[in-house]
Amino acid sequence: MIKTLHAFRLFLAGLLASLALGAHAQLSIEITGTGASRFPVIIPIFENEGRLPQSVTDVVRADLERSGLFTLIDTGPLPMPESVMPDLAGVRSRGADAVLTGSLIPLADGRYDVRFRLFDAQKQQELGAMSLPMSPAQNRLVGHRIADFVYEKLTGLPGYFATRIAYVIKSGTNFELQVADADGMNAATALRSREPIISPSWSPDGQRLAYVSFEQKKPIVYVHTLATGQRRVVANFKGSNSAPSWSPDGSQLAVVLTKDGQSQLYAIGADGSGVRRLAQSAGIDTEPFWGADGHIYFTSDRGGSPQIYRIPAGGGSAQRVSFEGNYNVSPRLSFDGKLLAFITRNAGRFQVAVQDVATRQTTILTDSARDESPSFAPNGRMILYATDTGGRGVLSAVSTDGRIRQRLTVQAADVREPAWGPQIR
Amino acid sequence: MKKLVLPALLALTLAACSSTGPENGASVQDRGAGVATVTAGSASGSGIAALTDPNNILSKRSVFFDFDSFVIKPEARPLIEAHARFLVQNPQMNMLVQGNTDERGSREYNLALGQKRADVVKQALMLLGAKESQIESVSLGEEKPRCEDRTENCYAENRRGDMLYTGEF
Repeated sequence: MIKTLHAFRLFLAGLLASLALGAHAQLSIEITGTGASRFPVIIPIFENEGRLPQSVTDVVRADLERSGLFTLIDTGPLPMPESVMPDLAGVRSRGADAVLTGSLIPLADGRYDVRFRLFDAQKQQELGAMSLPMSPAQNRLVGHRIADFVYEKLTGLPGYFATRIAYVIKSGTNFELQVADADGMNAATALRSREPIISPSWSPDGQRLAYVSFEQKKPIVYVHTLATGQRRVVANFKGSNSAPSWSPDGSQLAVVLTKDGQSQLYAIGADGSGVRRLAQSAGIDTEPFWGADGHIYFTSDRGGSPQIYRIPAGGGSAQRVSFEGNYNVSPRLSFDGKLLAFITRNAGRFQVAVQDVATRQTTILTDSARDESPSFAPNGRMILYATDTGGRGVLSAVSTDGRIRQRLTVQAADVREPAWGPQIR
Repeated sequence: MKKLVLPALLALTLAACSSTGPENGASVQDRGAGVATVTAGSASGSGIAALTDPNNILSKRSVFFDFDSFVIKPEARPLIEAHARFLVQNPQMNMLVQGNTDERGSREYNLALGQKRADVVKQALMLLGAKESQIESVSLGEEKPRCEDRTENCYAENRRGDMLYTGEF
């Protein structure tokens, strides 16, 4: 019931936002699976929050609930001020293991100082405190930051709520490259085109997207600065140009070019300068992913069927990484380099799989049939991917243990090609 | 960076897209969440009468492929021969061959498979006398399906190479 209400609230919020933005299609998120045991927390409304046009604590609560790792226990409309020690025995008696207290202190310039503290009710101790200055319009951003703080203190992993996602919407013959907050809100269109857009890839600084656009009747790689809309052609060689992936330092892109024959891997400067060959094969090499571990993971049919290989980014011989099945594609490495997500064909169905890079143990995480384009959350805990339900493209997210599941849809449009942006600290 | 030579008329519309460097989108429409919206332009044009006359074989532009195949079927030979002859007789004309696949599997891997189909068509045209410099082979992968149903017939229609002439791309 809570889940339904929550989805409805998100839907309403999405509806309002889409009205406010005009004709923008908004992602709505539905939780379809949660963690085995969820952490019960109390998050009372922050003191003085009624002065804001939009709530901060609602954003915190929605983020934590959507993560699938927390259960929110309602304690009514009374705030627990940040300056007052909460009654931790009372918190425990309500079944909660933690409580977040908070207050908004009005500042002279019209802004607020948001102060908050997190307490472990079982150990009877404070877990941390923080203060963030905010303008009244920054309620969502500040809410995401607070949710990140709570998530990190209680799970030990960094949160991912203050991040952005990119994806492509197809509606009729129109294509839009959109960027939204990780909760699907604040969707904005970066590029509108009558021709397909595929393979968006975030720069490590989160300011730019590289992608492939077909607006000139062939695939060309662009780098697009989101804030200004400035676009730069990075690879437009004779033949096809595709599959961009940023180097971890943001100076180069791995791309696939056909200028010398079949699809092969190259590195090129982010400004389009200095193209150089990364690998050589007699078949297809494509879908490079430049990992933080200094390897480039890619798909190649050099062994007969498409499989995943890796090469050192500085050059060297290729090493096969996937072994089970005869169709393994679209490799993406988690930011910590421990997990490799990819798409595997399993009895004719294309599904998201994850491999522990150290042990080579591989697990299939989904039971759908048309999964594509996996993308890790910055903390490596969730994988966002494209799939379809009832013939319509949707985005889904699954936790790397397969338990937590979410679906992100846009009314009357196909959503595809998701890319989860980096954590900007 | 090698580019096809285009007639002056088209060069005008395409020039902005052929170089490496900063490019401004056609129009910036709105701002939201620090994202400026850009609308992409696209090239278009028309060809020579013989190329669009439905009674002329040159108006036919598609070469179809079997599933997981990159071999030109015998029934496509007359079409390939006609287009090769046209390219030989009209050395000022250039061609863009677009390879396509059905929708199953990874988009980028399909893009690479579509490239193989486009390359096969290009090589067949070259064997019949067309110049390498006249033809650019590219892939649209699964992105521009002619038929959007999930049926074998549809998939077969989407597994193809299309031949476009100067002015049509």
